[in-house]
Amino acid sequence: MKKTAHTFRHSISGTSSLGRIISALLIVALGSIPFTAAAKPPAGVKLAEEQVIHRGNGAEADSLDPQISESTNASNIQRDLFESLVSEAPDGRLIPGVAKNWDISEDRRQYTFHLRENAKWSNGDPVTAHDFVFSWRRLVDPATGSRYSMMIAPVTNAEAVIAGEMPPESLAVAALDDHTFQVNLDAPTPYFLSMLTHSSVYPVHPPSVQKFGRDFTRPGNLISNGAYVLDEWRVQSHIKLVRNPQYWDNENTTIDEAYYYVTEDMNAEVLRYRAGGLDMTQENLPVSMLDWIRENLPEELVISPWLGIYYYGFNMTQPPFKDNPKLRKALSMSIDREIITDKVLDNGVIPAYGFVPPGVLDYEGYEYPWKDMSREERLAEARRLYREAGYSEENPLRVELRYNTEQNHKKIALAIAAMWKQNLGVLTEIINQEWKVFLNVRAEKRITQAFRIGWIGDYNDAYTFLELGLSNNGQNDTGYADPSYDKLLKDSFNTGSVEERAAMLRQAEEQFLGSYGVAPIYYYVTSRLIKPYVGGYQSNIMNHHYTKNLYIKAH
Amino acid sequence: MPSYILKRLLSAIPTIFVIISLAFFLIRAAPGGPFDTDRALPPEVEANLNAKYHLDDPLVVQYGRYLWDVLRGDLGPSFQYRDFTVNELIASGFPVSLRLGLSAVLLAMVIGGAAGIIAALRQNTATDYGVMSFAMLGISIPNFVVAPLLIMIFAVNLGWLPAGGWNDGAFKNTILPIVSLALLQVAFVARIARGAMIEVLRSNYIRTARAKGLPGWQIILKHGIKPAMLPVVSYLGPAAAAVITGSVVIEQIYGIPGLGRHFVQGALNRDYTLVMGVVIFYGFLIIAFNLLVDIIYAWLDPKVRYS
Repeated sequence: MKKTAHTFRHSISGTSSLGRIISALLIVALGSIPFTAAAKPPAGVKLAEEQVIHRGNGAEADSLDPQISESTNASNIQRDLFESLVSEAPDGRLIPGVAKNWDISEDRRQYTFHLRENAKWSNGDPVTAHDFVFSWRRLVDPATGSRYSMMIAPVTNAEAVIAGEMPPESLAVAALDDHTFQVNLDAPTPYFLSMLTHSSVYPVHPPSVQKFGRDFTRPGNLISNGAYVLDEWRVQSHIKLVRNPQYWDNENTTIDEAYYYVTEDMNAEVLRYRAGGLDMTQENLPVSMLDWIRENLPEELVISPWLGIYYYGFNMTQPPFKDNPKLRKALSMSIDREIITDKVLDNGVIPAYGFVPPGVLDYEGYEYPWKDMSREERLAEARRLYREAGYSEENPLRVELRYNTEQNHKKIALAIAAMWKQNLGVLTEIINQEWKVFLNVRAEKRITQAFRIGWIGDYNDAYTFLELGLSNNGQNDTGYADPSYDKLLKDSFNTGSVEERAAMLRQAEEQFLGSYGVAPIYYYVTSRLIKPYVGGYQSNIMNHHYTKNLYIKAH
Repeated sequence: MPSYILKRLLSAIPTIFVIISLAFFLIRAAPGGPFDTDRALPPEVEANLNAKYHLDDPLVVQYGRYLWDVLRGDLGPSFQYRDFTVNELIASGFPVSLRLGLSAVLLAMVIGGAAGIIAALRQNTATDYGVMSFAMLGISIPNFVVAPLLIMIFAVNLGWLPAGGWNDGAFKNTILPIVSLALLQVAFVARIARGAMIEVLRSNYIRTARAKGLPGWQIILKHGIKPAMLPVVSYLGPAAAAVITGSVVIEQIYGIPGLGRHFVQGALNRDYTLVMGVVIFYGFLIIAFNLLVDIIYAWLDPKVRYS
């Protein structure tokens, strides 16, 4: 990789993977590490007088209501407004949030969170365990209409409440007293704490929700418990946050005001950044501008791994891919992934030979062994499989490749169709469809053959990727169904140690990849521009960047 | 005249009704629904959402309820921006689009009109060719090229103006979007005004005025401009309605909170209520502007009389 010099501003995590495992274990086991969430700028750094940050944020937030919103554009802002039981350090490590520590029962099915006595809402009310009970019940209450209610499906009775079979009060969460919040799970859920960084489980302020209804997220109405409060919301223009003086860690927060701008046009966003209107951009830079940026703003470009995978799926329920693993494998092996990442896109994405992106907590992923073959060997093997699957030059495979209308998807589809043609003689028809039509067609599994999928994980754990292969998963658009795979994933919930679980998940990943229902293409990266005077920024695989961890240096 | 206006307004009712009905069924006929994303919803979650927004009722019931709500001026909640109603979104977006659009139309009228008339008066001279070449250029360069170009020059290189953002309508933030929006209209208006003016100059009453020995500028000002503006006005009516309901391209590039992108984004998101809301709103505006144009017509052209 020729761009390594400026590719990683900081390594993904300061600690080694062993160190990460140990620290994660410490948090899980003891849950009482007394460090603060916000980082004060290091001594000797001269701060700017005006601590205001202007952030590009892509599309408009769909909602600021934690239990309603589902877009990452919204959760970027919600992370500043609300604080969950746990929080994240700049490098993405889990750290205590509203809960200062927690106990986990012997059978790991009961979590007891001890909340800080000094955690307050922006109006001065204390943040209590009752608020969490209220918010979690609200999440699963059918009347709320939350898209992310299944996030807490591991909590006992959650699914029954969502299905309307039980009242929200039967959700197995309880306030033992004002500062003790207890959750009971159906099964030990190793990723439960990671999941708590998701915006859907943020607390809301019950009295204001009850008083204002849908309008509770408006400036002036919104009572929040994070480092910032909502000051202005101009739909399709910007959202302005100001410091919350009631926040328990306010004294370690540096930036006074944060602006989140709607920046739908990536090219225009870069121009705004260059003209000085933005201090940092959202996570995607236009491919067409990257060469210029590398040339002219190398110090301000930050490219780092993201928790996401771009892959092609093969419909395993219909011909030609049904019961034809050799054909699927031949097609996957004949894709030159490095050409896609380095020549077609050239935006820092990482060629993928596995399914779970690298850098996921406590996990070492599986990769196809043919990754290390020479190109000739690999293609020879692909051709052999292609022939064995019953195809040849005289009888070539004719296949439809579908993607949703977008420039980069098109480039990739064209390149892969050319590779299949050149390497195997496959005749590919490329079909693009409007997003929602594409989603429907893909999910129906009737007319699709090969198709494009992208997936960004919800929480930092291999399970958020591997569950896509479960036979009953809603996102399983390839039709992969293997009872032994389902069982393996189910059993992984009940394993004792982190290592044992990682081994089981790795075995599952190998099994899933070995079916060749999917052809991984690349792992996502985030690419953004950040002004040199923005301090405290650290890349992390979740792409979570709390404003409270940033500061503006004198410039 | 008042009875004519009343008649026109009454005849708008069935038009609006047809618009509502078409929009209602067409958007629902499109594959995919408002809650489809790449994170497929579990069936019970989808059922909860559909129940909350009454999407589980029979289509006829939904249609009846929607008509009743529209009659009472309630365009419903947005499916995409779930903290807002469609009324709120239109109320916050329209003033922005109106301000940009009216400024652009005004600019187009004044500059385009003047340029066109001057070109007509200096027909087949360098001035004429200059104006017409510029107009041709304005018509053929799309605004998704013009807008970034203007940002590049005036914001990034010269640093005179902000590169985007609305900043609650600060004057500086509106200049580039207005210019980008007006450019096409200026070009069109210049061409139309030139053509009309040339025709007027050849007409008998101008010849008569000349024969009477009136000074040239007086002929143009008193007798020429008014009739030459007729085609411009009939062009500007619908153009104004289109411009003040916003431009998707301009709004996205400059990050402006107008109405325009609700059309496109709303349709892509299958935000049924939002799309229908802006369609109905747009329908009303078109009808109103066409009426306005006809009234101005009567004032400009004494031959036109309505009854």
